[in-house]
Amino acid sequence: MLADKDRVFTNLYGQFDWTLKGAQARGDWDGTKDLILKGRDWLVNEVKNSGLRGRGGAGFPTGLKWSFMPKQSDRPCYLVVNADESEPGTCKDRDIIRNDPHKLVEGCLLAGAAMGATAGYIYIRGEFYNEALNLQAAIEQAYAAGFLGKNACGSGFDFDLYLHRGAGAYICGEEMGLLESLEGKPGKPRLKPPFPAGVGLFGCPSTVNNVETLAVVPTILRRGAPWFASFGRPKNEGTKVFCISGHVNKPCNVEEAMSIPLRELIETHAGGVRGGWDNLLAVIPGGSSMPVLSKSIADTILMDFDALRDAKSGLGTAAIVVMDKSTDIIKAFARIAKFYKHESCGQCTPCREGTGWMWRMLERIAKGDADISDIDLLQTVTTQIEGHTICAFGEGAAWPVQGLIRHFRPEMEKRIAERGARPMAAE
Amino acid sequence: MSGAVDTRPVDQPASFEFTPENLAKAKAAIAKYPAGRQQSAVLALLDLAQRQHNNWLPRAAMDYVAGLLEIAPIRVYEVATFYTMFHLRPVGKHLLQVCTTTPCWLRGSDEVVKACEKKLGIGMNETTGDGKFTLIEVECLGACVNAPVIQVNDDFYEDLDGPSTEALLDALAQGRKPPIGSVKHRQGSAPEGGQTTLKDVTFAKGAT
Repeated sequence: MLADKDRVFTNLYGQFDWTLKGAQARGDWDGTKDLILKGRDWLVNEVKNSGLRGRGGAGFPTGLKWSFMPKQSDRPCYLVVNADESEPGTCKDRDIIRNDPHKLVEGCLLAGAAMGATAGYIYIRGEFYNEALNLQAAIEQAYAAGFLGKNACGSGFDFDLYLHRGAGAYICGEEMGLLESLEGKPGKPRLKPPFPAGVGLFGCPSTVNNVETLAVVPTILRRGAPWFASFGRPKNEGTKVFCISGHVNKPCNVEEAMSIPLRELIETHAGGVRGGWDNLLAVIPGGSSMPVLSKSIADTILMDFDALRDAKSGLGTAAIVVMDKSTDIIKAFARIAKFYKHESCGQCTPCREGTGWMWRMLERIAKGDADISDIDLLQTVTTQIEGHTICAFGEGAAWPVQGLIRHFRPEMEKRIAERGARPMAAE
Repeated sequence: MSGAVDTRPVDQPASFEFTPENLAKAKAAIAKYPAGRQQSAVLALLDLAQRQHNNWLPRAAMDYVAGLLEIAPIRVYEVATFYTMFHLRPVGKHLLQVCTTTPCWLRGSDEVVKACEKKLGIGMNETTGDGKFTLIEVECLGACVNAPVIQVNDDFYEDLDGPSTEALLDALAQGRKPPIGSVKHRQGSAPEGGQTTLKDVTFAKGAT
C-alpha cells in the first residue's frame, strides 16, 4: 500500500482546511517562484521524466503535450483546464476542487509557465456549484497573496487564471466540445486537426489538461521526477486517485500507486465486494466508456493503462464500477446506453441515431423481447458508430456495448431464450 | 430525460433586466474574456438571469442577455436549449434532480425515485400543486462513490435510500435545509466507518 507520506492529495477527504493557510501548511505554494525560474525546458522535461500521463481518460504523456505549444507566438497562448467531470463512475476531480483547490491553482500556474501561456481558463461542470465556490475563493486567495496575476509569485511571469462554469452537458468534457462551450456556443466538438496546440481557444494555441493531471504537477516538481516515477510499472508511473463505486461494502475515493491489482485495491480500501470476492459479476475499470471486465479478468488485472489496454479495456478515469451477482447486467448497460443517447450532442448522424438504437435494443434484450440475431445486429450498430464521428464520444458510447457482448453474450442469449425467441417480423 | 416533454404554453413576462447587483456581476463575467470575445460569458449571464427569475429562463431574459452581449438572440436560444441546467419553463422552489445513471442505479436510485414520487404524489418532470417541488431525472452528477445522489437546486445530498430521501423531503417541505453532503455523515468520499489512508498526515497538523 502507498505510504501516507507519498500521497499527493493529503486533504482528499476534506478533513483539513482547504484555504490558502491550510494548503500552505500542507506544503503547497512552497518555492513556486524558484520552480518557475528554472525555465520552460526544465519544467517540461521534469514532467516528461516523471512519466505522468493525462488523468482525464486518454493517458497522453503530459510533458510531451506541453512541448507541442509554440516556443514563440505573436498570439496569446492559453491553458485550459478540463474540470467537466461527468464520466459515470468518476468523482475524483470533485474532491480535488473542493478539498485541495490550491494544488490545482498552483499546478495551473506551473503548467502555464511551462507552456508560455498568458492565461488559464478552468471549465468546471455547472452542477459542481459548491465546488466552484471553493475554487473561485482559492483563486482569489492566490491573487491576494501575489501568487497569480502580474509577476506571479515574484517570478516575473504574468499569468491570469479564470473560472468558467458549464451548464450541464457531458460532451463539454471532450476537449474540442469544451473549447466551443468556452467560446459561448453549444458544446459540439470541432474536427481535429487543427489540434488545440495550433488553433485552440479563441483561435489561439491552447493545451487542455485534466484537473488531476495539473494538481499533481507541483508535488512532482518539488519532490522530483524520480520520486513520482518510482510508483507503478514502466510507462504507467505515478500515483492515481481511484473512485470505487457500485457493489462494494464501502465505496470511496482513494489515492494509490498505479499498477495496483484491482482486487487488492477493492479489498484494502473499499471493504471488498458485497458478499465476498466470489460474488463478483463484472467490473467497469475506468468510467462508463471503458469496456467491462468479467470476474476472471478482474481476479488478476493490474490497474494501469497498459494492462487494461491488453485486456481490451482501458484505465480511462480510473473510476471502478463494481457489479455483484445480483446485478441485471443487461439493464445496467441499457442504462449506460441511455446516458449516451441523452448526452450525444447530435451533430454526427452515426452517434445521434446510433446511441438511440443501442439503447432501445438493449432495453428490448433486457426484457428478452428480441431475437438471438439481434445481438449481432447490435454489434454491427456499434461498429457503425465507432470511428465514424467527429469526436471520441462515438467510441465511448460503442465500447461499453461491445464489452457487454464480448463477456456476457450467453447471458443475453439466455434472456432472449427464456422469453421465447420471436422473429422480428412478428412485432 | 425520461417522460413526455411538456409543451403547454408558458406565461412569459413582457420584459426582463438585471438588478444593479447582477448587472455588476455580469460585467465582471464579461471582463474575464478577451475584448470581442464577450459571447464566452453567455453561460454565466444566463445562469445569473435564471437565478434572478425563480430558477427559470423566460424568453425576455434570453433576449436581454443577447442585447448585453451584442450577439444575435438565436445564439443565446441555441445555448439555452442545448444545456440541461437552463429551464425554459417554471420549476418548483426545490428542484429535485435525481441521478439514475448506472453507478447510482446500482446503489438503489430506484428507491430514491420511488420515495420522491410517493411522498410528493408526482411523477418525473412534474411539479407539486403548491409549486414547492419539481422532480426530474438527471444523468451522472459526479458523486458516484456517495451514490445515490439528489441535487436539490445547487446542493448535493448523498448516500441516500428510501427513508432518508423521505426525511430530506420532509425537512425541505418544512422550510429547513439539512446539512448538505452525505446523509450518513461520512467524511466526504472516505470509506464509511473510517479511513484506510491519510491517518498519519503529520505535516497536516495545525492545518485544521
